[in-house]
Amino acid sequence: MAEIFILIPGRTSKQGTTLNEGKSTDGYLEEINTLQIAPEDMARLQYEDGDKIRVWNDFGEIVVPCKTSKGDELPPGLLFISYGDQSSRLMAGETHGTGMPDSKGMDVQIAKVSDRS
Amino acid sequence: MSTVAPPPKASPSDEVLPELKVVTDATCTFCGCVCDDMELTVEDNKITKAKNACVLGKAWFLNHHIEDRPEATIEGQPASYEQAIERAADILSNATYPLTYGLSDTTCEAQRVAVAISDWIGGCVDTTTSVCHGPSGIAFQEVGEVTCTLGEIKNRADFIVFWGGNPAESHPRHFTRYSLMPKGQFLPNGRKDRTAVLIDVRKTKSAKAADIFLQLKPRSDFELAWAMRAIAKGVDIDPSIEEKTGISLAQLTDVVERMKAAKFGVILFGMGLTMTRGKHLNSEAVLSLARDLNQYTRWTAKPMRGHGNVTGADNVVTWQTGYPFGVNLGRGYPRFNPGEWTSSDLLARGECDAALIIASDPMSNFSQPARDHLARINLVVLDPKLSETAKVATVAFTTSTYGINTAGTVYRMDDVPIPLRPAFKSPYRSDYEILKAIETRIREKQLAEPAVS
Repeated sequence: MAEIFILIPGRTSKQGTTLNEGKSTDGYLEEINTLQIAPEDMARLQYEDGDKIRVWNDFGEIVVPCKTSKGDELPPGLLFISYGDQSSRLMAGETHGTGMPDSKGMDVQIAKVSDRS
Repeated sequence: MSTVAPPPKASPSDEVLPELKVVTDATCTFCGCVCDDMELTVEDNKITKAKNACVLGKAWFLNHHIEDRPEATIEGQPASYEQAIERAADILSNATYPLTYGLSDTTCEAQRVAVAISDWIGGCVDTTTSVCHGPSGIAFQEVGEVTCTLGEIKNRADFIVFWGGNPAESHPRHFTRYSLMPKGQFLPNGRKDRTAVLIDVRKTKSAKAADIFLQLKPRSDFELAWAMRAIAKGVDIDPSIEEKTGISLAQLTDVVERMKAAKFGVILFGMGLTMTRGKHLNSEAVLSLARDLNQYTRWTAKPMRGHGNVTGADNVVTWQTGYPFGVNLGRGYPRFNPGEWTSSDLLARGECDAALIIASDPMSNFSQPARDHLARINLVVLDPKLSETAKVATVAFTTSTYGINTAGTVYRMDDVPIPLRPAFKSPYRSDYEILKAIETRIREKQLAEPAVS
């Protein structure tokens, strides 16, 4: 069984600016389709920036390119993706009586699908 | 016989100069900061300068353009406004379990009509709050909210805790205009007079702005806040709190003691709390911490709100129904039950049979089962852009953009109402005008029906 990571979808400045340019623009799509991984995990798993990564849990699956997170922004074991279409595909419909699906801090597994194309 | 003098010959500059105007004190509605000190330069229905705007505000104003789309479509085909109103009224009148959703990016005036429509058709009304700070709304009902305005923070707050948010990227002017940097009435030296703490699982760009950064382990916000409450009350805490939260007891105790020594403190919390396991309990713990600290000094807590008028949505839905979101009007009186009448649940369970979506794009950010159901039912969508939700709508209206083309009222994240000063007119109608027409047509249909004896 693959290792469990914790995924944090969140807002970024680039996501906010490119959203205004349009959800179909290259800038927006690149921002919400990139998985950030801690440098230690990138090295340990022998991933390189641009590698296609499958991210999945019990509720969904996405395939997105990865990049190394900046500096010490992410601790090992934590993943980040800009909030949007892709991150939401990993959310459950269940909200545990709150109206809010688990949208941050989601358990996911990852595996490399292919090298940078 | 009189003669008409030829018009004076225009100078070359007159012929080429576009219409130019400057709109002062305009309001940016991109985020919950709702900064109302914009100076917009408008040339030929295009905003060319947005003085005072942050990076997000500039993107909001400078990228705004009038869409080249039909005013309305029915099943993807261009339709007249009247045809679209008629079809929308039909869909909503004939639905057995309709949902109204969105509303955080439109004016309070439009929100009010949307609630009225939901009432007339006996549906549910929910806003993007339910997938934003809805859990905080639940927490308010449990423990209350020791609140304040951003003006009070600016003028009084000498201790600020940012928790589960990244204002440097999500609310870029919050630091400079409202919280960290400005000189205030009781803080003449601005930033130097304030202590700032950031609590987050990631060392975000906001960490640079804080004096103290507490990097907690994911999904331990509740435990951290509860431990801080205990420390504030003088209850002994086991050092194993570090194992759970990643923060040592010594550091936590130091921060809590500093918080107790502040003159005016505020916890500004984001969706790191509400979107993570624990949700309303996380918000409740933080609100309780702020409340408890009032035994020693003045402390407040406020959620950092995202969309420009999501706070207005809470206010309008509350003043009309008594509840902020997730309201069912099916019995002729309002009932509130998150998890039952909130959009994510209604859609994921496949319950509602039609939806009125205003200024929101759930087809882009809801769970897959919810999206699947949205694609199955009749949707009436109002949006300035061709969103993913508008693409699958049975009836879609292209609307003017609030704040840029449409006047009205919005609420800042601290529940302060702010008027909008639009920059230029749009050829499209406002949400308010379209919703009012739908409401009128629904009432005409209802009143024409024979009375049930």
